[in-house]
Amino acid sequence: MGFIDTYIIPGAIVLAQLLSIVLPLLIAIAYLTFFERKVIGAIQLRKGPSLVGPFGLLQPFADVLKLMSKETIIPSGANKIIFILAPMITFILSLVSWAVIPFDEGMVLANINLGLLYLLAISSLNVYGVIISGWASNSKYAFLGALRSTAQMISYEISIGLVIITVLICAGSMNLTKIVEAQKNVWFIIPMLPMFLIFFISALAETNRAPFDLPEGESELVAGYFVEYSSIGFAFFFIGEYANMILMSAITSILFLGGWLPPLDIVPFKWIPNLVWFVLKIFLVLFVFLWVRATFPRYRYDQLMRLGWKVFLPISMLWVIITASVKIMFFK
Amino acid sequence: MKFTLNEYLPILMFFILSIVLSIVFLMLSFFIGVRRPDSEKLSAYECGFEAFDDSRQQFDVRFYLVAILFVIFDLEVAFLFPWATSLSAIGLFGFWSMMIFLSILTVGFIYEWKKGALEWD
Repeated sequence: MGFIDTYIIPGAIVLAQLLSIVLPLLIAIAYLTFFERKVIGAIQLRKGPSLVGPFGLLQPFADVLKLMSKETIIPSGANKIIFILAPMITFILSLVSWAVIPFDEGMVLANINLGLLYLLAISSLNVYGVIISGWASNSKYAFLGALRSTAQMISYEISIGLVIITVLICAGSMNLTKIVEAQKNVWFIIPMLPMFLIFFISALAETNRAPFDLPEGESELVAGYFVEYSSIGFAFFFIGEYANMILMSAITSILFLGGWLPPLDIVPFKWIPNLVWFVLKIFLVLFVFLWVRATFPRYRYDQLMRLGWKVFLPISMLWVIITASVKIMFFK
Repeated sequence: MKFTLNEYLPILMFFILSIVLSIVFLMLSFFIGVRRPDSEKLSAYECGFEAFDDSRQQFDVRFYLVAILFVIFDLEVAFLFPWATSLSAIGLFGFWSMMIFLSILTVGFIYEWKKGALEWD
């Protein structure tokens, strides 16, 4: 009896919570691909997918089934085990970050004190999936793509880290719930607009999205680090990329757009549940992701590195010092 | 708040669940997909002809340089984390000690900028 009470029941509750995060997330990823094609189609005056199901709504499922039923090809020159391991790492890491994301007050799987550090650590680990796949494929395109991608991701990791530090100074806690609660009076986007912009642009580079999609560079590198992957391996990288996009949007809304808080603490806004506000904010940021992709041409590699090291790094470091000084002078 | 390892248990279970999920998906596609390997299909992709040589070759030293710079600056960020969290508790002394550290780092940054370590042409 004691065993059941202390282990089985709490375990079952956590498992139910896990599934209630993972299943909606996987569906959200599937529909993000659909949403992307529809939005970009609309921007380019096309229809986008419209044949499978009503308004093409079943298109994502058709894509998943097609990818699953394709032949798994493992190149003869590849290091077989780590070749299979790399997409799995990407997939696993793209899911586990969601453990600390608060969807509403108290609606979080693991309300740990080091939430922000955990997110930064997991997003740093994402590099491994890329570099392992590029190495294990034993193909020149994959190798070059992985090199570029790694250099790009670690460069923008630093500016993301520094931006997180500024938010940390303002909120005074690494717990994501407390960071959202610190924005009750004013969202952090208002006093820290430049940091918001740097964070968003770095998030584009971190997730290898346009206009920073050089690792994929389909006109020169074919597909970059996942050129040799087919079937489920390809699908894992794809899911990982889109899950990271949603995650970055969620982090952006938690750090700068007030998480689940309504825009104004007055009646018509308070009627709408907090969770809906959070999802709406994620949606808004995701839309900007897609909008940027349809609007801007790809960066050159030297421009990309210049932006990361010579513009974002000094500005965000300066901003850390300014924020800390203001805090120490006025808010002791 | 007291630090307990219990808070991290859901994260561990999340890891296990995602590992299980990825293995299940992998197995599913392995069994559903038709497998008819032949040597052309299994060779590395290189513009339609045979690969010239092994792809593990030399690469630009600047990638290595970027990795080293990353280690320095990411360490700095990791160092800033506890400082930023406890800034209101450690007061002016804590503030100025970090400023000294940052100014030393800035000198290094200016040096590598002037040396051209950040140039890509």
